[in-house]
Amino acid sequence: MQRHLISAADLTRDDAVLILDTAEEMARVADRPIKKLPTLRGRTVVNLFFEDSTRTRISFEAAEKRLSADVINFSAKGSSVSKGESLKDTAQTLEAMGVDAVVIRHGASGAPYRLATSGWIDAHVINAGDGTHQHPTQALLDAFTMRRRLVGRDTGLGQDLNGRRITLVGDVLHSRVARSNVDLLHTLGAEVTLVAPPTLLPVGVETWPCEVSYDLDSTLPKSDAVMMLRVQRERMNAAFFPTEREYSRRYGLDGDRMARMPEHAIVMHPGPMVRGMEITAEVADSDRCTVVEQVANGVSIRMAVLYLLLGGAEFQTPSASAAPARTAEEN
Amino acid sequence: MSKTLIRGAKVLGGEPQDVLIDGETITQVGAGLSAEGAEVVEADGKVLLPGLVDLHTHLREPGREDSETVLTGTRAAASGGYTNVFAMANTFPVADTAGVVEQVWRLGQESGYCDVQPIGAVTVGLEGQKLAELGAMHESAAAVTVFSDDGKCVHDAVIMRRALEYVKAFDGVVAQHAQEPRLTEGAQMNEGVVSAELGLGGWPAVAEESIIARDVLLADHVGSRVHICHLSTAGSVEIVRWAKSRGIRVTAEVTPHHLLLTDELVRSYNPVYKVNPPLRTERDVLALREALADGTIDIVATDHAPHPHEDKDCEWAAAAMGMVGLETALSVVQETMVDTGLLDWAGVAERMSFTPARIGRAEGHGRPVSAGEPANLTLVDTAYRGPVDPAGFASRSRNTPYEGRELPGRVTHTWLRGKATLVDGKLT
Repeated sequence: MQRHLISAADLTRDDAVLILDTAEEMARVADRPIKKLPTLRGRTVVNLFFEDSTRTRISFEAAEKRLSADVINFSAKGSSVSKGESLKDTAQTLEAMGVDAVVIRHGASGAPYRLATSGWIDAHVINAGDGTHQHPTQALLDAFTMRRRLVGRDTGLGQDLNGRRITLVGDVLHSRVARSNVDLLHTLGAEVTLVAPPTLLPVGVETWPCEVSYDLDSTLPKSDAVMMLRVQRERMNAAFFPTEREYSRRYGLDGDRMARMPEHAIVMHPGPMVRGMEITAEVADSDRCTVVEQVANGVSIRMAVLYLLLGGAEFQTPSASAAPARTAEEN
Repeated sequence: MSKTLIRGAKVLGGEPQDVLIDGETITQVGAGLSAEGAEVVEADGKVLLPGLVDLHTHLREPGREDSETVLTGTRAAASGGYTNVFAMANTFPVADTAGVVEQVWRLGQESGYCDVQPIGAVTVGLEGQKLAELGAMHESAAAVTVFSDDGKCVHDAVIMRRALEYVKAFDGVVAQHAQEPRLTEGAQMNEGVVSAELGLGGWPAVAEESIIARDVLLADHVGSRVHICHLSTAGSVEIVRWAKSRGIRVTAEVTPHHLLLTDELVRSYNPVYKVNPPLRTERDVLALREALADGTIDIVATDHAPHPHEDKDCEWAAAAMGMVGLETALSVVQETMVDTGLLDWAGVAERMSFTPARIGRAEGHGRPVSAGEPANLTLVDTAYRGPVDPAGFASRSRNTPYEGRELPGRVTHTWLRGKATLVDGKLT
């Protein structure tokens, strides 16, 4: 494992599988009456959120607390940042308070990379989403969800997603989730197809390790998982597509389309969903939709990432049961 | 009157000769000149060029003296071998009146390191709405002949047409910053493979090319000359080449950084590589070099754009665009054009002195190195090679993309009308 988690592209196959396996161990903790490990006791983690994101922030916070870390939440709104303080000064201020890791969400692509590489601070940096660049823990929790559903919870251990066909649909251009997923799924051996109107695909997408299609209907029967990306209504005003209705008709997932997917195939969404836009209520509420599971899995994945990055020196390669066993003792 | 004898200099890269300066003028060029009564500078095979002329410099004064002043900027210019720089109009206040251009011109006179020729804004406040008083700026003591809204594009076709026509009355030229504003909303870097990966807003080549295409057609239609600032794409080269083949009076410049650097560097998210127009691809870089060699692109201009440290020591999106360039320009041109065999030193003199002076109608600059000409000269140690150290810059700012990079060539002496402004690499 590296010192920081900035981009899904930085993970090797073995790194990624280790995180997924560790997350399975962490998930077992959630099934216990006492959902807490002492692993990060005495360590301080700051959630440095320059962008509003209640779900991701809460998910990280839950993960940190389950690992017994001391948690500081820093939100840019109403803070010195809105008074013009720079990212550098904010980070250095926090580090001066003895922070061991910074979980950062920022609207500017590359901000976590800058934080990790500019010599401003020594803490571990975990990217919780930067601009339209990367959101690696989202990709990891998505891969975790896919492995559980498509390979199996126990049989999946040590496995990747070799040969699984994953389709991502929607606003790829503005999506850090899409970029992270393409990178990670490719590393894990999956075959990825992006489906979007041409206006919502970046120039240069042809060099990505995936297929690209403008036609959802022909892709659905060949998909083991279909991930719907959120499409913001504002995009309509910038002429990315003519109307909300036309977008829904051409790229939205409804019951009829879901029926064209293979029996075993799942529907995923990183949330928050825009019901009626990219996904109908019928699909969102169906058994095949993993949205709620993805949220639960997010906590396990983030625990695994924090554990491996911060506790990694102590527990380099945890055996399947090392972490929980230790917990049981110390609890 | 003081005399200086430059002994054994390769004038424009030719055979070693002696050059005698008497007062403000070159009085003799030849072999074995007498050193009597003259201070001798042993050139020892260094290359002697006419003082360089930069058609595109941001001196930042008035308004942003934290990044550069006319004095520090002209000191940087002298360090880089320049004897004349054209100061862009995007100051605070904007150089859109006779008063502001005269202030900048006067500050240049007082500095004594390098002549400063102010550029006037095309439109009031660079807003692109209303023509600035171009005639008044021309008639002022600053005698402005080059007009530009650089930093912003004169995007309105009618305003551009009127400006092109209007300046014909006094042989002026409009220097266009070609950037279609709608196509570059939120743009952060060249649009392509790298921007797709990094998730940074794309700056398509077509945003530059479409404006250049429009403007050469406008210039043709109204019979004016137009100058294209910092051309950065292979497509722009094709358009200018076509326009020239049609006899359209267009001139174009390229910056040193667009001759050397590509958008691959942005992968570091280090804003020192953030610049307008953005760094492009390897293909563009090669097309620009070729175009500069074959004359499609007329000149090298630095687009020297100083910024304080805090405006670059931040995340990419928050950072200012621009790079300092005066003190590294000649080295980059040697690296990319001379050492690659694309240009000889006479060609460099043409593109960094003679032609920019001609485009800007700069009197007394860009003249041949021969008897009777003003002694505006630059002596270059072309055998030198070493790392760029921003700590040694005369500029107030340090935002160079070349820190630590090994580059060839070092300017050792600069003379402005016979007065040495740089001696053995040190400002006087």
